[in-house]
Amino acid sequence: MKTAYDEMYAADGSVRESYRSYASWLQSTDDDVIAHKREEADMAFHRVGITFAMYGEDAGQERLIPFDIVPRIIPAHEWKRLADGLRQRVKALNAFLHDIYHDQEILKAGRIPARQVLGNSQFRQEMVGVTVPEQIYAHIAGVDLVRADNGDKPAEYFVLEDNLRTPSGVSYMLENRKMMMRLFPELFARHAIAPVEHYPDLLLNNLRSVAQVGIANPNVVVLTPGQFNSAYFEHAFLAQQMGVELVDGNDLFVRDETVFMRTTQGPQRVDVIYRRIDDDFLDPRAFRKDSMLGVPGLFSAYRAGNVTLANAVGTGIADDKAIYMHVPEMIRFYCGEEPILSNVPTWELGKPEDRQYVLAHLAELVVKEVHGSGGYGMLVGPTATGDEVAFFREKIVAEPEKYIAQPTLSLSTCPTYVESGVAPRHIDLRPYVLSGKNITMVPGGLTRVALKEGSLVVNSSQGGGTKDTWVLEN
Amino acid sequence: MLSSTADHLYWKARSMERAENTARMLDVTYRMSLLKQVVVEPHHEWRAMLSISGLHEDFEARYPDPSAKNVMHFMALDEKNPGSIYNSIFNARENARAVRGSITSEMWEALNQTWLEMHRIHAEGIAEDGISRFFDWVKERSHLSRGIAHGTLLRGDAYRFLRLGTFFERADNTARILDVKYHILLPSLSDVGGAADYYQWGALLRSVSAFESYRKVYRDQITPKRVAELLILRPDMPRSLTACMNEVNRLMKEINGPRSGELSRRCGLLHAELSFGSIDDIFARGLHEYLSEFLERIYELGDLINTTYFWSTDE
Repeated sequence: MKTAYDEMYAADGSVRESYRSYASWLQSTDDDVIAHKREEADMAFHRVGITFAMYGEDAGQERLIPFDIVPRIIPAHEWKRLADGLRQRVKALNAFLHDIYHDQEILKAGRIPARQVLGNSQFRQEMVGVTVPEQIYAHIAGVDLVRADNGDKPAEYFVLEDNLRTPSGVSYMLENRKMMMRLFPELFARHAIAPVEHYPDLLLNNLRSVAQVGIANPNVVVLTPGQFNSAYFEHAFLAQQMGVELVDGNDLFVRDETVFMRTTQGPQRVDVIYRRIDDDFLDPRAFRKDSMLGVPGLFSAYRAGNVTLANAVGTGIADDKAIYMHVPEMIRFYCGEEPILSNVPTWELGKPEDRQYVLAHLAELVVKEVHGSGGYGMLVGPTATGDEVAFFREKIVAEPEKYIAQPTLSLSTCPTYVESGVAPRHIDLRPYVLSGKNITMVPGGLTRVALKEGSLVVNSSQGGGTKDTWVLEN
Repeated sequence: MLSSTADHLYWKARSMERAENTARMLDVTYRMSLLKQVVVEPHHEWRAMLSISGLHEDFEARYPDPSAKNVMHFMALDEKNPGSIYNSIFNARENARAVRGSITSEMWEALNQTWLEMHRIHAEGIAEDGISRFFDWVKERSHLSRGIAHGTLLRGDAYRFLRLGTFFERADNTARILDVKYHILLPSLSDVGGAADYYQWGALLRSVSAFESYRKVYRDQITPKRVAELLILRPDMPRSLTACMNEVNRLMKEINGPRSGELSRRCGLLHAELSFGSIDDIFARGLHEYLSEFLERIYELGDLINTTYFWSTDE
C-alpha cells in the first residue's frame, strides 16, 4: 500500500499551504517548551475532571482520553464544500426518516428495497404515523468523515458513517479548543481560526426551535443514564453550558400524557428532552421492560405530541450500516441533487456476487457488522491475523445478511506526538450537524486520532486520542 | 430546582459538616481521656462517645474492646462504618459529583482533592502522633469547602440547600457533643464542680472552638450552666443550637415551596422556643432530657425536609 495522504506534508515532503505558518512555528519552538506544555495539558484535564471515571475497586482513579497538541488544520475552501455536503446529506436523512414513518414514497418508487427498511430491526413500528415538530428526527448528527486515497484519483473526503442516535464527543471538541487557546495563545494570534465556542448556544437554539407549537418559553432538559455512564461528563457539561437542568429518569414523571420534572417548588412541565439514553431504555412501558433508566409513560406523551425528544425515536434505521449505501440515492430522491460528499464503495454480503468477491479478498477488505458500533464487530483485513480472518469467514458464511464490506481506506495522517517523537498517525473527523428550524453547525468538529502506529481504529474505547480542529477563515 | 439536585446538595453539605464534627467529637473525647481521674471503668469515655453516636452495636460486633485505638479507627477510617470520617468525605464527594453542574468548579475541585487525600490517608493509616494533625486537616478541609461556597456560589436555591444541610447537621452535632459530657460524668456526679470537671468542660469548649468565646462572653470561671447556655442559647455563638436554628428558619422562609407549610411551622416553633428559652428552665428539666428531645425533633424535621422537598410524589 502506498503512503497515506498526510494533512501537513505533500508527497514531495513540502509543507502544505494550510500548515505553512504552523510548521514554521513548530520548527522555531523549543522541544522542552512543547514537552512542558504537554504536561500542563495533562494536569489541567485531570484537575477539571474531563475524564472517564473508574468506579468500584479503583474508586478515585480516573482515565484521560489522550489529547494531542498538533492541530488538524482544514483550509476554508475545503470546509465550505464539506459543510455544503453535510447540510445536503443530513437534510436527506431527515426527509428519509419522515418518509419511511409516513407514506414510504421512496420504497414505493423502488429506490430502496422495502425489505431492507421494513425488515430491519432498527425500523420502529411504534413510530409509524407519529408527527414530530418541523419533521426533524435527527436533531444532532455526528457524521464521521475520513480523507482517503481513491484508486488513482487524488485523495478525497468520504462519509464513513452517519451517527444519528446519540452521537457523543462534542465536549472534547470544545475542551480541546479551550486547552489550545490556553497553551498556545500566540498561535491564535497568527492564524485566523474559525471559533467553535458557541456550539452550546446553537444547540440550545436548535432544541428550543423544535418545541411543540405555541410554547413561548420551552423548558429544555438533558436526560442522562446517570453518573456511572462513561459519557456523564459530557452530559453534565452540555447541560451546564446551556444553562438547563441535567436530569435522570427518576427526576421525570408523566401525568396526563405530559412530562414533568420534580422540583422543590413542585412539578414543572418539560417540553424538550435532549436525551442521551438509547431508544430501548427510554420507557419501560413502551420498550425494554427491564429498563431502570427511563421514564414510564414517556413514549405515550411523545406520541401525543406533548414533548419533543432529540433525537427522535427510531433514527437508528437511517444510520444503520445496511442502509448506508442507499444515502446517495436518498439525496437524489429527496433533494433532486447529486451528492456532494462521497460514500465509501460498499459490498452487501447478502448478495451472492458481492459475497463471492468479498470472501475471495477478505485479507484486503474491512468487514463490518450492520448493527455493530464502537469498532468491535469489525474485521480490518490487512492488519488481522489468519485466525481472525478465518473466524470472520465462518461468521459471514453463517449469516451473510449481517455484514457489509468496504475497501480498506488508507485514512489520511496528521503529525502527532508519540513516545518516539512526532510521527504520522491516522485521523478522522466528526462534525456535529444541528437540525431544527434551520441547519447549523460550528466549523470543524472533533478530530480523532489512532495513536497506535498503523492503526486505523480511532475510537476512544480502542485507545484513540483527539486533536483540536482548526478551520481557517482565509 | 430539581428535587434530586437539592437532595444531593443538602447531603453534600451534611456529610462534610458531619466529617468535621466527628473529628471534633473524637478530639474532645481524646482530650478527656487524657485527663485521668478516678478510673470508673476502662474505656469509659470511648464507650460513651459510641453510645451517643448511636453506633455502639455496629462497633461491638466488629471490635474486641472500645480502646482509644479501636474507636479512633472505627470513627475515622473504617470503610464499613457509614458514620466514619472516611465515609462522610466519600459521601460528600459523591453527592457533589452528581450535581457538578450546580456548584462552582472551584467547589468541585477542592472537594475532589479532599477525597483524593482522604483516600491516601486511609491507605497509609494514621500514626498515634498524627491524630491531632488528622483532626486539624479534616476541620480545615471542611472550612475550605464552606468558604469556597460562600465566596463563589450564586445566592440561589443551590446555596440555600447547602446551608440548610450544614446547619441541620451542626445543630444535631453540637447537641451530641454537649451530651458527651453528660454520659461521661454520669457515674461520678459527686465530682460536679471539681477540678476534673473544669478541665472536661474546658476540653469540650475547645472542641467546638468556643473556649476563647466563653472567656470573652462570661469573663468568669467555667461552669456547666454557662457552657450549656453558650452552646444552646447564645445566638452569637456560631455553633450553638439557637444560631443554627436561626439560619434554618431564615433559609426555610427563602426556599418556601408550595408544600412547605408544616415544615416552616415546626421549624419556626423550635426556633421560637430556643429564642425565648432560659438555661434555668433547661437545667430544671435536666440537660440530658432536653438534649435528647432536641435531637428527636431535629430528626423529625429532617424527615419532613425529605418528604417536602426531595421525595415528594406528585404523579
